[in-house]
Amino acid sequence: MTTTSEVKRLYVKGKKRKVLVILSALIVLLITIVISISLGSGSPRFMEAARVILSKIFPFLEINPGDTNTQNIILQFRLPRIVLAIIAGAGLAVSGASMQGVLRNPLVSPFILGISAAAGFGAALVIVLGIGVFGPYTGYIKVASAFIFSMLAMLMVYSIARLRGITSETVILAGVAVGYLFSAMLSIIQSIASQYAATEIVFWLLGSLTKVTWEAVLIILPLVLVAITLMIRHSWDMNVMGLGEETATSLGVNSRRVLIVCITLGTLATASIISFTGIIGFIGLVSPHIARMIIGSDHRFLLPFSIVLGAILLLCSDTLARLVLMHSELPVGIVTSLIGVPFFIYLLLSRRRLFWH
Amino acid sequence: MKLVINGLSFSYNSITALKDVELELGFDEVLSIVGPNGSGKSTLLKCIDRILKPSQGAVLIDGRDVANIGLGELAKIIGYVPQSSTSTFPFTVFDMVLMGRKPYIRWIVSERDKEIVAEILKFLGISKLAARHFNELSGGEQQKVIVARALAQQPQILLLDEPTSNLDIKHQLEVLGIIKGLTRSRHLSVIMAMHDLNLASRFSDRMLLLKRGCVFAVGTPESVLTEENLESVYGVKSHVTNSVLDIPQVTPIEPIAPGVEDSEESK
Repeated sequence: MTTTSEVKRLYVKGKKRKVLVILSALIVLLITIVISISLGSGSPRFMEAARVILSKIFPFLEINPGDTNTQNIILQFRLPRIVLAIIAGAGLAVSGASMQGVLRNPLVSPFILGISAAAGFGAALVIVLGIGVFGPYTGYIKVASAFIFSMLAMLMVYSIARLRGITSETVILAGVAVGYLFSAMLSIIQSIASQYAATEIVFWLLGSLTKVTWEAVLIILPLVLVAITLMIRHSWDMNVMGLGEETATSLGVNSRRVLIVCITLGTLATASIISFTGIIGFIGLVSPHIARMIIGSDHRFLLPFSIVLGAILLLCSDTLARLVLMHSELPVGIVTSLIGVPFFIYLLLSRRRLFWH
Repeated sequence: MKLVINGLSFSYNSITALKDVELELGFDEVLSIVGPNGSGKSTLLKCIDRILKPSQGAVLIDGRDVANIGLGELAKIIGYVPQSSTSTFPFTVFDMVLMGRKPYIRWIVSERDKEIVAEILKFLGISKLAARHFNELSGGEQQKVIVARALAQQPQILLLDEPTSNLDIKHQLEVLGIIKGLTRSRHLSVIMAMHDLNLASRFSDRMLLLKRGCVFAVGTPESVLTEENLESVYGVKSHVTNSVLDIPQVTPIEPIAPGVEDSEESK
C-alpha cells in the first residue's frame, strides 16, 4: 500500500526534475549566446567581445575595449541582434504556448488572430508607397503600419467573435477568416508592386533580424516582459481550462476572461516583434510542442521552458542564418524550420505517450 | 450550508428546460434527481453551480444568491463532478486532484495542499494511481479521480452528474458508497443526477422526480418511485416491489403506447 508521504514524495520528485530541465536549458542558452557573440563577419573573437561588453558594464574597471571598429561591430550590430533574437524567440514561444493552452487547440500559433497577414499587409503597403511618399522615415512607418494593421485584425476578430460569444471556436474561426482577408489584400499589393518592391515584400515576409537596432529592443522588451509575467501568473487557470469550460467554471476559473487576457497579451507581444522582424512563423507554433513533449503540460513549467527553448531556437537559427552564406544571409524563418522540423519529428516519433488529447 | 432553490427557471434560447423548480436541501442529505432524458437533471445541477445562469428565480446558499458569490468563493463551497471528464493535456492523477485545490492556490502549492490531496487519494483507495496518467485509466478509476478532485475543493455541497453511468456494478456500488459515507463523515450534502432508479433508491435519502423541467414529485424513494409516477413521467409500465434490502425496486415492464401527452416529449 502506498503511503501518504510516499505519494507526496513522488510528486515533489517529479517537479524537481522539471525545474532541473529548465535550468539545464538556461545553461544551453548561455552557451549559445557565448558562441553566437564569437562568430560572424568582421570577426571580433570571443575575448575581444567580452572585453567590449565588460568595459561597458563596468566602466570603473578600466578594461581596454579595443579599437572603435570592433566596438561598433559588437555594440551596434551583433549584441542588439542577439538580444532581440532571445526576446523575440521567448515572446513568440510563450505566446504560442499560452494561446494553444487557452484555446485548447494544438494547431494554434501566435498568429491565430490573422495578424501575420495583417502585419504583412501593413508593411507591404508602406514598402510599395515607399520613399516617394514617406521620405527618410519609411523604415519607422513600416514598423508602425505593420503593428497598426495587426491591432486592427485583432479588433476585427474580437468584434466578429463577440456576435456569437467569445469562445475557443469563434475566436479561431474569426481569426482564420480575418487572416484570409488580409492575405488576399496582401496578394493584391504584391501583384501590382514593382519588381523591386515585390522582392522586398517577400523578404519581409520571410523574417529577418538583420536590421535590428537597440530602439527595437527597447520597444519590444517591455511588451514581451509584461506578457510573460501575466501569462505565467495564469498558469493554473490554463491547466484547469484544459478540463473544459464547465469544469473550469466549477473550479472557480472565469475561462472567457483568461482567454481574452492571454490572447490579447500574446497578440500584442507577437505584433510588436514581427512588426520589426517580419514573419518568423515556426517558433511560436512548434517550440511549445517541443517543450510540452519534454517537460509535460503543466503550464507552470511549460511556459518558462517554452520561453527558454524559443530563445535558444531563434538564436541558433539566426546565428546560422548569418554564417552559412558567404556574402549574404539566409532569412531566419527558413533556418528555424530547417533545424526545428527534424528535431520536432524526432520527438514526435520517439515519445510513447500522447502529449495532446 | 443550507441550499434553497427558489422558483428557478431556465431556457436554452426559447426552449424551456426548467420551470419554477423549488427545492430545499437538508444537511448531510443525499438527494437524487431522476427523470427521463432531457427532463432537466443536468441543467438543474449546472444552474446550482453557476455554470448556467437561470432566467428566473435563484439558488440561495445560507440565504446568499449564488449569482452574487464570486466563482472562486463558490468553488470552495460547491464541488461539481461532470458527466464525462477528459483532459486536453495529459496530467497525472496527483496533478488532476491537485486542480481541485485551485480555489485555494494562488501560484505556489503549499505543503497543506499536497497533504490534502494525498489524504483524499488514500481515502478513496487510489494512492497507487497517483503517478499514473489520468487519460490512461479505466472509466471507474477516472470517476474516482474526479470525485477526489471535487473533494479536494473541500466543499460543503457536492453535485454529481450521473456519477455511475459508465461504471460496472462493483464500481457503481463503490463510488456511491463513498459518496453516501462522505455525507456522514464530512458533513457533505449531495445532489446527484441519476438514471438508474434502483441505485438512486438505494443510496438516496430523498428523490426529486423531474418531468419536462418541472418538479413532478419529491420525497423519500418509497413515495416517489410509484408505478403511477413512473407511468406518467417515463411512459413506462413498471412493477415496484420491496427488495431484499427493504427499499423500493423498480422493474420496468414495457413502454406504454405514446398518448397525446407524450407525443410532444421534449427534445
